[in-house]
Amino acid sequence: MMIMQNLSRAIRNLGIRGIDTVLRGGAMARFFWLVLTQSGMSFRRLRLTTREIYFSGVMSLVIIMVSGLFIGMVLGLQGFETLQHYGAEETMGVLVALSLVRELGPVVTALLFASRAGSAITAEIGLMKATEQLKAMDMMAVDPIARVVAPRFWAGVISMPLLAALFSAMGIFGGYLVGTVLVGIDPGVFWSNMQAAVDFRYDVMSGIVKSIVFGIAISVIATFEGFDAEPTAEGVSRATTRTVVTSALTVLALDLLLTGFMLRSL
Amino acid sequence: MSTLPPTPPLVEIENVDFAYGKRAILKGISLNVQRGNVVAIMGGSGCGKTTLLRLIGGQLMASKGVVRVNGQDVGSLDREGMYQMRRKMGMLFQFGALFTDMTVFDNIAFQLREHTDLPEDMIHDLVLMKLNAVGLRGTAKLFPSELSGGMARRVALARAAVLDPTLIMYDEPFAGLDPISLAVVGQSIRKLNDALGATSIVVTHDVVESLQIVDYLYFISDGKIVGQGTPDEIRASTEPYVKQFVHAEMDGPVPFHYPAKNYAEDLQLSTPTQPPRT
Repeated sequence: MMIMQNLSRAIRNLGIRGIDTVLRGGAMARFFWLVLTQSGMSFRRLRLTTREIYFSGVMSLVIIMVSGLFIGMVLGLQGFETLQHYGAEETMGVLVALSLVRELGPVVTALLFASRAGSAITAEIGLMKATEQLKAMDMMAVDPIARVVAPRFWAGVISMPLLAALFSAMGIFGGYLVGTVLVGIDPGVFWSNMQAAVDFRYDVMSGIVKSIVFGIAISVIATFEGFDAEPTAEGVSRATTRTVVTSALTVLALDLLLTGFMLRSL
Repeated sequence: MSTLPPTPPLVEIENVDFAYGKRAILKGISLNVQRGNVVAIMGGSGCGKTTLLRLIGGQLMASKGVVRVNGQDVGSLDREGMYQMRRKMGMLFQFGALFTDMTVFDNIAFQLREHTDLPEDMIHDLVLMKLNAVGLRGTAKLFPSELSGGMARRVALARAAVLDPTLIMYDEPFAGLDPISLAVVGQSIRKLNDALGATSIVVTHDVVESLQIVDYLYFISDGKIVGQGTPDEIRASTEPYVKQFVHAEMDGPVPFHYPAKNYAEDLQLSTPTQPPRT
């Protein structure tokens, strides 16, 4: 009897969670549409957007560039370790560049961007909601979606690909340092192999497309969670956590999907 | 000679119901706010006062009845019409709701920059004039976090009045203020209303201050209007709720005790099941 009761409760909870998730997804899609239709001001008054690009993009530069450098160096070391078994250590540049440009650049940047900038956007909008600033703006006949949300959304979409490009560039530089200074590969060989193997249309473009898609996903999630946050201290903290977790999972799922579409051999 | 018809009230609320989900907040409320008046809406916490302001501002929609502002049915307005209406309204939120990422100056200039094409030097003068009117010209370069509660409320007052609105709404303007700030905010509300030729609605539970500055009062309890009148009529009122509220009596129609079980029973004093001690 108890088992049946527990089972039915578990099924009911699962149903509630399922319905809740679908409802939130729907609300987020409607929110995304609203942001798109209310984006005029973000471009007419570019200063609103550039200010947000400074906060989410420029302020993320240090963490993105340092992480890129270290990941590139680690890739170089690990790559060399494996490649030298096959006497192919001269293709280390190719390994570093392809891994960064296609995968690690967009994905790791997106994860870092979600934790550094996404959480800040959610907390800021959530707190504006909790202190009635959004309601006050709405009562002043200024649409908070157009004035507060859309500039932050577009700042995220614009910053992400630029940050991902910088991440990859720093990573390749890190790989170059390890390859030429530490391991002793000839710089000419390092660069020419890389140049021959990396294709702009397939490799670089796929990375750019990925980083734009991740930028859109993180920006929608971060602004939506802030706008939808329960207007209390606890609500804002929960929303901030949700932004990081949901963004990370969404980025990884989207990456799998996009990679599946983009790989030519499939 | 025909006499001019009397001007209709600025705000008319007719038989309005409102509920959050299944919880009924307002039950058949009707009230009018005459032009040029300062009207107080009073009642205990959670009685639906703020909800009423939200209905007038169009942030919430009545489930039954009509809310009219300046003859326009608020419920029938589209987004554009709503924003047109709100441009003629000012609202002061409970804790000011100043934009924390802007200076006091930018907070007041916000609506001027959003809604007008005025040159920056004219905006500069207008903002300083509004700040001077509330005695805070010296705070123009400060951020809201550097202001005291009373000062923030006065800045919010200047911000609410920056576009010379015809209707100004105040949500608990006196909450949490010291006596001096409270008197200053109270007097500012009255002066601002008369100087602008505006109409004001003050939602509050501060009886003493309200009776000094308003023209008319409504009392709301349990979602209904339980008393109304001019300050003199309210002072003399014998209606039990109004009397309890105005004279701050502990017990009356609003009971002191939250509904509970019998006291003796709760303390297990006379329950027959209790075994006698030996």
